[in-house]
Amino acid sequence: MKAFYTIVKRELRSYFASPLAYIILVVFQVISARFFFLYLQGFLQFQFDPSYQLQTGELNLNNLVVLPYFGTISIVLLLIVPLITMRLIADEKKNYTAELLFTSPVRIRTIVFGKFTASLILLILMLLLSSINIFVLMVHGNPDFGAVFSGYIGLFLLGASFLSIGIFASSLTENQLIAAVISFGVLLLLWLVGALSDAESSILGYISVINHYEDFSKGLIELKDVVYYVSLIFLGLFLTYTSLESERWR
Amino acid sequence: MVYVHNLTKRYGSLVAVENLSFKLDRGDVLGFLGPNGAGKTTTMRIITGYMPPTKGTVHIEGVDIFDNPLQAKKMIGYLPENPPLYLDMTVAEYLDFVADIKQVKWKDKKSRIFYVLDKCGLSEVRKRIIGHLSKGYRQRVGIAQALVNNPSVLILDEPTIGLDPLQIIEIRDLIKSLSGERTVILSTHILPEVTMICSKVVIINEGKMVLEESLNYLSESLRNSTSLLLRVRQNGDSVKEKIMSVKGVSGVRPGPAGEFVITPSEGVEIREELVRLVVENDLGLLELRPLVNTLEEIFMKAISSEGN
Repeated sequence: MKAFYTIVKRELRSYFASPLAYIILVVFQVISARFFFLYLQGFLQFQFDPSYQLQTGELNLNNLVVLPYFGTISIVLLLIVPLITMRLIADEKKNYTAELLFTSPVRIRTIVFGKFTASLILLILMLLLSSINIFVLMVHGNPDFGAVFSGYIGLFLLGASFLSIGIFASSLTENQLIAAVISFGVLLLLWLVGALSDAESSILGYISVINHYEDFSKGLIELKDVVYYVSLIFLGLFLTYTSLESERWR
Repeated sequence: MVYVHNLTKRYGSLVAVENLSFKLDRGDVLGFLGPNGAGKTTTMRIITGYMPPTKGTVHIEGVDIFDNPLQAKKMIGYLPENPPLYLDMTVAEYLDFVADIKQVKWKDKKSRIFYVLDKCGLSEVRKRIIGHLSKGYRQRVGIAQALVNNPSVLILDEPTIGLDPLQIIEIRDLIKSLSGERTVILSTHILPEVTMICSKVVIINEGKMVLEESLNYLSESLRNSTSLLLRVRQNGDSVKEKIMSVKGVSGVRPGPAGEFVITPSEGVEIREELVRLVVENDLGLLELRPLVNTLEEIFMKAISSEGN
């Protein structure tokens, strides 16, 4: 437990000692806030447009602001997560510190899980920052809180799956750039694979990482979606563990 | 105590280490020698548990490094070939991290860090970022890192590389002062270093052990060499014959530029006679000295004889 805490502490220190974490947080917040503003502006315009008065059922904060806002966040996550995870293991190999870690009395799974946890804390910070916009919306309007809540659960699970895949990519190389490109490629593929088929009816539709998010954004927390994301997270971490372990045997 | 038994490591068809066995007691300092690519680093990585062997076992203080890695690794301090440094941390932060990850007890941590900072001459730079330090200082941080958990087995892969002559002497003294209670294994290219600090020598070549000897025995054989080197101004076969005529000379090997390597019969002192001969024949004495078998020669012999 102490070793786990030590790893998490060092990773967080490393994120916040360099400008990386701050840049990521700022870029993430600026982009998502800009889009939030756009959606809000759109909503306000629709409100005074007589032709939309007929569709009052459709015209609410959730559908016009929260839903697209979360959609934007998920896309920004797709772009930013590879940057968060790229150095996690690749850098250890490049600086030869892997040799220190693996000759220390620490299990490999502790190392992997510690690094994952540190990146998860950064993700939570990002989501907390993004919730400022939602908070403003809550004060001045009345979006469906349940949908907001489930949306955040979904975003968290989505981001965590991205992170675990990113860590795996980082364990494959000692070059950060290559790690980032691999994880971005894999994430994009997992994302787009759903577009190649109609939603959930096929295997490809089931594999698609974003199809499972849709239920969350609608306010539904379904077991099959949670199971999907949790398995994806464990798959990523397990592959990381295997890749590190197999490297020792080579 | 380090016990290495029948260690073999293969990378595919390439054999990096083959059937390596040795045993070290507390207080031993092993100099681990061999040409580049002989398998020194591989052996050290196996002993520290960084990689598993294809065959064989390693026991650290009686604990098998593969059956019980967490317990065994606690007793090891390891300086790899390239010091494993986080360049964005300060020296003190880094040592604090290493102490934590090596599970140094909380109450000992502060004093251990203070001790290694002092021992390795790092007290003045402890607040500096490691990335801003010179290579020599980084190497010292690497050594400090290996010592922070007060290991009973210390494994150093070329500890004096990249240091200036003064620092080399300091580090050697440091290693010597550490050796008493510990078992130390160090690999090096600098052979005199071995004569200075080590109590045992293992030479490996192409993954195989070619020599294992305690240094006491080695130095004995180094000193006991009785060959002489004679250099005179005159040259030629006639000189060789004249030398052969001296009583007690059993062999003469002419070298370049009037050099002769002379081997006397066992236990016979020939120097006086030799000088008399040279002076009487007006050969022009330039040099006469005992030919010391250096560790270099032993090293070269051990390696080349294996090669043939």
